[in-house]
Formats: sequence, C-alpha cells, structure tokens
Amino acid sequence: MRIACPFCGERENGEFTYLGDASPKRPNFAADSGESPERVEDAFYDYVYLRDNVAGFMREYWYHGGGCRSWLIAERNTVTHEFRSVIAAPGVGAANPVQAGE
Amino acid sequence: MSGYTGSEPLGRTAALEGSTPSARSQAASASQSHRLRSGGLIDRQQPLQFSFDGKVMSGFAGDTLASALVANGVKLVARSFKYHRPRGIITAGSEEPSALVEMRSGARKEPNTRATTQELYDGLVAQSQNRWPSLRRDFMSINQLAAPIFVAGFYYKTFMWPAKFWEKVYEPLIRRAAGLGKSAELPDPDHYDKAWAHCDVLVVGGGAAGLSAALAAGRAGSRVILVEEDVRVGGRLLSDGGEIDGMHAEEWVRRATGELASLPNVRVMVRTALFGVYDGGVYTALERVNDHVPVPAPHQVRQRLWRIVAKRSVVTAGAIERPIVFPGNDRPGVMMASAVRTYVNRFAAMPGKRVALFTNNDDGWRTVEAIQQAGGDIAAVIDPRGKVPAEYQALADLSDLRVLSGGVSDVKGGVDGVRGVIVTDGNGRKQQIDADCLAVSGGWNPNVGLSCFHRGKPVWRDDIAAFIPGDAPRGMVMAGAARGEFSLGACLRDGHAAGAAAAAECGASGNAGEASEAGDETYAISPLWQVKAKGKAFVDFQHDVTASDVTLAQREGFESVEHLKRYTTLGMATDQGKTSNITGLAIMADATGRTIPQTGTTIYRPPYAPVAIGALAGHHRDENFHAWRLTPSHHWAAARGAVFVDTGLWKRAQWYPQPGENDWLESVTREVLAVRNGVGFCDVSTLGKVDVRGADAGTFLDRVYINAFSSLGVGKARYGLMLREDGIVMDDGTTSRIAEDHYFLTTTTAKAGPVMAHLEFCRQVLWPELDVQLSSASDQWAQFSIAGPNTRKLLQELVDPSEDMSNEGFPFMGAREVKLRGGVTARLFRISFSGEIAFEISVPARYGAAMAQNLMIAGRDLGVTPYGTEALGVMRIEKGHVAGPELNGTTTADDLGLGKMMSKKKDFIGRVMAGREALTAPDRQVVVGIKPIDVKRRLRSGAHVVPKGAIPGPQTDQGYVTSVCYSPMLEQWIGLGLVERGRERFGEIVRIHDPLRSEDYEAEICNPVFYDPEGARQRG
Ligand SMILES: [Zn+2]
Repeated sequence: MRIACPFCGERENGEFTYLGDASPKRPNFAADSGESPERVEDAFYDYVYLRDNVAGFMREYWYHGGGCRSWLIAERNTVTHEFRSVIAAPGVGAANPVQAGE
Repeated sequence: MSGYTGSEPLGRTAALEGSTPSARSQAASASQSHRLRSGGLIDRQQPLQFSFDGKVMSGFAGDTLASALVANGVKLVARSFKYHRPRGIITAGSEEPSALVEMRSGARKEPNTRATTQELYDGLVAQSQNRWPSLRRDFMSINQLAAPIFVAGFYYKTFMWPAKFWEKVYEPLIRRAAGLGKSAELPDPDHYDKAWAHCDVLVVGGGAAGLSAALAAGRAGSRVILVEEDVRVGGRLLSDGGEIDGMHAEEWVRRATGELASLPNVRVMVRTALFGVYDGGVYTALERVNDHVPVPAPHQVRQRLWRIVAKRSVVTAGAIERPIVFPGNDRPGVMMASAVRTYVNRFAAMPGKRVALFTNNDDGWRTVEAIQQAGGDIAAVIDPRGKVPAEYQALADLSDLRVLSGGVSDVKGGVDGVRGVIVTDGNGRKQQIDADCLAVSGGWNPNVGLSCFHRGKPVWRDDIAAFIPGDAPRGMVMAGAARGEFSLGACLRDGHAAGAAAAAECGASGNAGEASEAGDETYAISPLWQVKAKGKAFVDFQHDVTASDVTLAQREGFESVEHLKRYTTLGMATDQGKTSNITGLAIMADATGRTIPQTGTTIYRPPYAPVAIGALAGHHRDENFHAWRLTPSHHWAAARGAVFVDTGLWKRAQWYPQPGENDWLESVTREVLAVRNGVGFCDVSTLGKVDVRGADAGTFLDRVYINAFSSLGVGKARYGLMLREDGIVMDDGTTSRIAEDHYFLTTTTAKAGPVMAHLEFCRQVLWPELDVQLSSASDQWAQFSIAGPNTRKLLQELVDPSEDMSNEGFPFMGAREVKLRGGVTARLFRISFSGEIAFEISVPARYGAAMAQNLMIAGRDLGVTPYGTEALGVMRIEKGHVAGPELNGTTTADDLGLGKMMSKKKDFIGRVMAGREALTAPDRQVVVGIKPIDVKRRLRSGAHVVPKGAIPGPQTDQGYVTSVCYSPMLEQWIGLGLVERGRERFGEIVRIHDPLRSEDYEAEICNPVFYDPEGARQRG
C-alpha cells in the first residue's frame, strides 16, 4: 500500500501508523465549565470508545512517523483500500477548532 | 570446480578431462539416450554433468533438470505424498505438481524444488524425496495397499482421540509416512536481498502477448518492467514455434528482445517470478539470481525479493494445460501434451520413443506434429470427439495415423514408466496400445491467479470450457492466453492493445507502433474432465487426491469448494493446485448436478509460487534481525566488559562484572553500594527527549500532563505524569524549563516513539492554535545519571569552577546549562531516581564517549563506579519509584500513588475518563511494597498475592508482584506489587502464591519506599 503524504510524496505504508476514524471530536469542556459530570463523561465516552465500522470510504488518521511526523487525514475505502485523498487537517480532532494565528 | 558435495563424488572421467570440447559433447550426447541429434535451445558445446540419486548423467547448457532427466531416459523421479506411488515429470513449467526433488546438500539443501524450473548446472546434485530406502524400492509404498484407509478426511476421522496421542504418536508417524522433502537443519549460508523498483507499466510474463505489450508500452515512451519467471523470454513460442510477421517465431523473439534492450525506458528481468499483488499497485516478485550455479559468487545474493511499484500492470501469464482424470494418469511417462512439445522442441529431448496422445481439443494435436518432426512414433491419438480436426487432417493422411475415439481407461506400467494404454470406446470395447509415453491434454486454463488476489472472481467461458479473469485488482489488465485469447495472432494483438492502453493511461504519448501479425489457429474443445473407470485416478498429484476422494467429500456433505479443498486437501500443496483445482471442482460439479460456474472457485491468495522464508527475511536475520541502537558510551562500556541487555532496539549496559565476581548479583550489589556510599554513573541516553518550544509551550504541557508546567520556574525541573485519553497512565518523566519559551521533556525509553506521536497528535490535531513546536532530541543528547553522596565532589572536577554547585546554588530539582572544564556547554538537571544526591548531565551526543571517560577521570579519587540498568532498577525499587512493570497500561495515577498530582484546576488529556467509577473504586489494586517474612526467601515477580490463609484462586486473588530485587540496603529480597486496597494494608501478612514456580510463602505488605522514606539524602 502506498500513501501520498502531502509533504513527502507517495511513500510505503510502513512509514505510517494508523489510528483510525477521524470523525470523533474531542469535547471541549474546561475543568470549570459547570457542565454536569454525566454529560461531560458521556461526551468523552463517545469520543474515546464509539466508532462506526464503515465498509466503504471513511476519513481516518494516519501518522507519518517515518517521515515528516504529520498527522494526516486520509479518505480510504476500507473495502478496496483505495485512497481518495490524503491531507493535513490541523484541528480536525477538536470540537471547536481554533486555527493557528487566530 | 564441479562442486560436488554428495555422497558419491564423481568428477569427470579421465577420458573426458583430456578430450576436446567437441569430443566431450559427443560423449555427452551419446550418454543421453533420449536426446535428439539437433535442434532445441540447448548448447551442445557446453556439456554439463549432474547427478540424480547418486547416478551421474550429463546434459547441456540450456537444460532444466527435468529436461536433462528426460534426455537421459529417466522416468521415475519421485514418490507421491500419501501413497508413495512412483511418479514422473508431468509438466515443463512452474505449475509442476509431481517432479519435486531435493537440491544440493548440507546447509544449502533445499527440498521440494521443481525439477522443471531448476536450471541445470555443472555439478548439480539432486535427490529424490519421500522414499526409503530408495526410489525404486520404496518401503512406504505399502501405503497403497492400505489406500482405503487413506481416503479424504482420513486424519480428521482417525486421529481425533485421545488428543495427547496426536502430538506424540500420530503426527510423527504420519509425517514420516507422508510428506515431501526434508529441509536443511543448518543455518542458510547464502544472502538474500530486497529491492524496490518503480515503473509505469509492469508486464508480467514474456510470452508472445507479454513481449507485444512491452514493445507497445516501451515504444510509447512509458517506463516498463517486464518480468519473466523463465531464464529467457518467449513463453510458448520457445516450444511451439509458429510464424510471426513472416518470420520464424524464434527470430521474432530475438528481434523483440533486441528492440526492448535498445529502449532505455524498458527493463527486462528474467528468472523473476511475480508472486503477489498488493494495494496501490505494489507487486512482489522473486528473482532467482544464483539458483543456477552451485554456490553464489562472493558478495552475490542467492535470491532477491522485489517490490515493484507500477501505475499499471499488464498480466500476460499465459495458460496452464490441464490433465484429464483417468485410472493410472499418474504413471511416470504420462505427461501434459504441451510439456511433451516443450521437451521435444525446446530441449531436444524425447519423453518417449512411442507416444500416445489423449486429447479433447485441437491444441493437443500439435503434439502429433512435434513428435513426427522429431522422428518419434505416434502410437495412437485418442480423441473422444472421434475425428481429426480439419487443421490436422493432412498429418493424419500423411502418416497413417491411428485415431481412436473413446477415452483412456487405464495405464499399464510401473516404476519404469508407461508400458501400455488401455482405451475404452463408447461401446465399452477395450484395446491396449503399446506406448512408453502418454501425452494428455484436457484443454487450457487461463492463468487467472494474479487477477484474483484481490478477491476478483473468475468468470466461466463456455466456448473454451475455462474460467477467464473477472474483476482484476485496480490498475491491472489481463491479456493474451491469460484472458482466454489462445491463438497466436490474438495474443499479439491483445498484448499490444493492452500495453498501448496502459502506456497512454500513464501519460505516455509516443507511437506504440503496430501489433505483430500471426495466424489465428482454431481451438475447438469438447470438455472432458474424467474418464470414469475402475482404479486410482488422480486429480491432485502432489497431495494424492483422487476422483473418488472428491465424490466421497460430496457424499459426506462437503460440497462447497472451500470445504472440498480442506476436507480432501485438494490444491493445498506447494503447487497450490495449478493443475488440479479446476478439474477437482468440475468433478464436484458433476457429482452435485451443478454447473461448474455454480460450483465456483476457491479463493486465490499469494504467493503464486513458493517463496523461501530466507528471501522474505532478506538481510533481517541473526544479528541484523532488527536495527540496533547503541548508547553514546556503548563502545566504552563494551571495552570495560559490560553485559548488555536488549531494551527495545537499544543495547544497554546491564552491569559491569569485575574480576572475582561470581555472578550478576555480586556485581549489581557492588554497584548499588558504590552509589549509596560514594558515587556512580549510568548512561541514561536511551530516555526519549523532546524539545518543546514556543510562547504556548507551558500551556501545551499543562494539557498533556496531569500536573502543571506553566507554573514551573525557569531553571527548574519537575516530574510529570501523562495519561491516555481513557484515563490510564501513558508515561512519566522529568521535564525542565530551560527558558521562558523552551522546555526539555523526557520520556521513558520504551515510550519515546509513542509519546512523540501522541504529542504531535495533540499539537496538530487538537490544538493547532497553540504556538508550540516539538522536535525529537533523543539522539542529539548523551545523558548520564551521576548519583551518590560524592556526586557534588565529582562534578566540581568536571564543571567550570565559575559554576556554583552548592546546595543553594544548584538546589534539588534545579536545571540549567553549565559550562564544563574545557568549554563544552552541558545541561545539568538535579533529579534523582536513586534517592541519592544525583544529577543528570546532558552533552551533545558526540561527546558521550568522552563524557564517560571524563567521569572516570573526575571521579578517580572518589572510587567512581559505572553502574548498569540492573543497579538502576534496584535503587528505584528501594525508593519505590514506579517504572514499566507498574506503568503497564492498566494503572491510573492514583494506583501508582500519584493521584494527588492530578490538577483539578485545568483540563488535561485523560482527566474526564480518569474520574470514571471503576477507575476510582476504593478496591483497586495499588502500588505497595512487599517483603518476604523469611529474609532468605527470594521474591519473584509475577507471583500472586492472596490473603493469609486463603485458598489461592480467582476468587481470592488480590494482585501480584510487579518488580523485585535483592536490596543491598535491606539485605533481603524486596519488591513492588499491585495489591487490592494495598495502601490500607501496610503491615498485613499475605500469602504469596506462585504456581508457575511452585512457590508459596508469606510476605508483609509495606510502604513502597523502602529506603530513606523521608527523602533527606537526595536533598542534602
Ligand atoms: Zn510526510
């Protein structure tokens, strides 16, 4: 399998590590947000454990540890292993992402 | 020179030694009873000697072992897997199921080598296998008499009970009775390489279609790689000839090869078999670089494993002729019709003097022509269709050919091969035909394997009675005979079109030229899979699966092809059923009343052909199994006789034995006492190190550690603990603040990589708004821990006198840059793992070895002692510091006794999930100290903790011992453990139960800080 890192070009998949579904967003609850602990815990439970088992295209995290150390979002078909896109997407895991410089 | 290592050294005879090349080749020819006087792609000027089962024979350069055996009239070459039946050579290619031999000897011995693909070389030594005491008189052939018990599913039915008998009695017995060759038991002396190649268009197979495809794609200008498993390109053209563009096929191949060689964008790789297809256009191929010589030349590899990345591939892997199943179809001398032509035309070797042909299709008739032209006799042609195909009528007329309808119902013969063929016609009338070779053609199966490696299902084509490729993997097209286009003209056109299209898809814009032209010979076939008659009729020659095994499987309910395969082992041998799968499922279709496409095929998987483990391993064996990481002081430590331990990829000094010390414990105890009473040092460069920089570096660390780092003063160090998002501890380490916007973070040795990935995830994926950069500094710094009451004295010798090293000037948990005597700038951290006054000093890695030497010089008068990881571990256990065995992926911060570090004022990774009920339950197992009551007792990690007086078991189990050491300070074995409610139980006596080592004793639960619990020493 070959993965086209947007920074390094097409590389062997051995340079990458897979983390899985990139759709969960880390809940953004400050320690003193005043939210009920149950709601906070439920949100984190979702974030940490619940994943869809998709047969088809899904967005997933790949880490280019053997290259530029970028966390990438790959759109990959779990049935055919076809990659539709591989991009860097800063902040994609945050519930309310704030981009650099903002 | 000849390199014989077999039991019968042969060497050349004196007569041959002194003779001229032509005399030698004449002598060689004379000894080859079945060699034709002329023709063939062999070099009669280059005679080669070889031995098979100790018998010396000769062949010529260009021969395979199989063709040389044929030329010498050898029929019997193997004993079959299960019944030990005499077997011969069936094919002339890589699909060979039967002629497997043991090549070479000693460490280079290689079993199950196909004689049909083994190139002959001077001095080749081969043995038959699976026979005792000899091939002709094989004791185990009595298995044939016991054949009724060896039916399908025999192992499953017979050896089910008692289970323990299987391992000790049945399996060794069966292994001896049924099997293939024996592998070498010595380390492989050869080297194997791995390499990558990249191209636009990969052409698989160098026959007519493949050459045509490579020419088209190459002319168009794309980068082309053509792989061919054979020693030369040409495919069936080398055996069947023909006319292309008005020239003889052989000449066309020569010209095509020349043109390909002239194209700089084309690479032709022979002796290279493609065996796997992977995602994204990655293909694997095995190049047999030096299988055709006795021993690879110095610095040359035996085989090379290629991974080829191709945008497109054109698979022109041809077709495989299939046998017909009839009683006696495995007798030595029964051979595929196309193989007979290969031996005759390509190798000038006659498989028989009187050849009978059994064919159900037009293509088989070519064999008549080949035999007649070579001057052989055709005993008869048996064609169930009952008449001569129009194209071959002239042959029949000319030669008074005996043509019979019906089918072959038995083959007479034995170890010496075929003697006669029994033909039964449609009315049940039998007649015997004298023949010493039976050529068989049941039609051709397109070689669809590679197209099916991504679960593509082949599709049935009625007119050729065969499967053709279905959905091929992305980027792959099949062309020529592999796609069911059998005529030469069609192969050339199809290959050209596929090559040109593939090149265009890769962006090549050059002129692909025109396809070469040849005739379109007919291929009419009337399917015939089996002649039903009494006697053993083989489907899978290599696994000895008979037609009745298939029907038995059907009667017992194993009708699905996947069940059929596993129940009968059909197609599961080293040939993966290349000649048997389709026939087996056709017989199953017949038995169940379904059609062949309804019956379906089994799943095709790589490798297409056997690949040696050595080739897959490549250079990754022995000491190169994985990379080594050496600490900066490694060579210095090695010179002092250090014993090293593998820690991940690292080699770390474990202890430094001194003369007179009898065991490791003596050495380690000396090292511990030296540190506790004086001063010692230890290379801790293996710790992961990360430079964290930026205006938001402090905020970032606050979010990844459970404790605060933004509040850490510049010039200070702090111990930090990191959680995973699920609330479990991930890692720990000390982080120092070097400047307002610069922290230096350390991780454990084991987690250096994963922590870096985690930090990058947090930085990039969660909080891109933070102004923070990470860079790995693990390999940039050599780091040493210097510990013991005399540490400060040693450092005064090492650092520049201007540096204030007093307790006030460099307090506990201080961290700053210092200048060393000589001018090198180092980072110094006053942190302690041992519980003594201790510093960790970091210098650029290139100074690491010098630092070790300088520590010895600076501490000479203090008796400075280098210590290893073992002493480091003893001292951390004495101090109750947790490490890997406690940070084991199940423990929370509170389990480790570090719960108070968790900030309540900030959000951090893992905070919310760490608060879950089960992770904060009062009965969790927490870190405690454990001391055996009997001070002589050796504590061992892994032992279970149960309440005193309780019966050990899952109900009473309360935890286990995680880390142990002999404590020189306490003068007894001590340990840390994870024990239920442990912190409430200091002083309690518990039972330590160790069923693995049959030990059972009592111990006291105690404070995990065994030594200096107040921590006064490290602050002094
Ligand atoms: Zn990259």
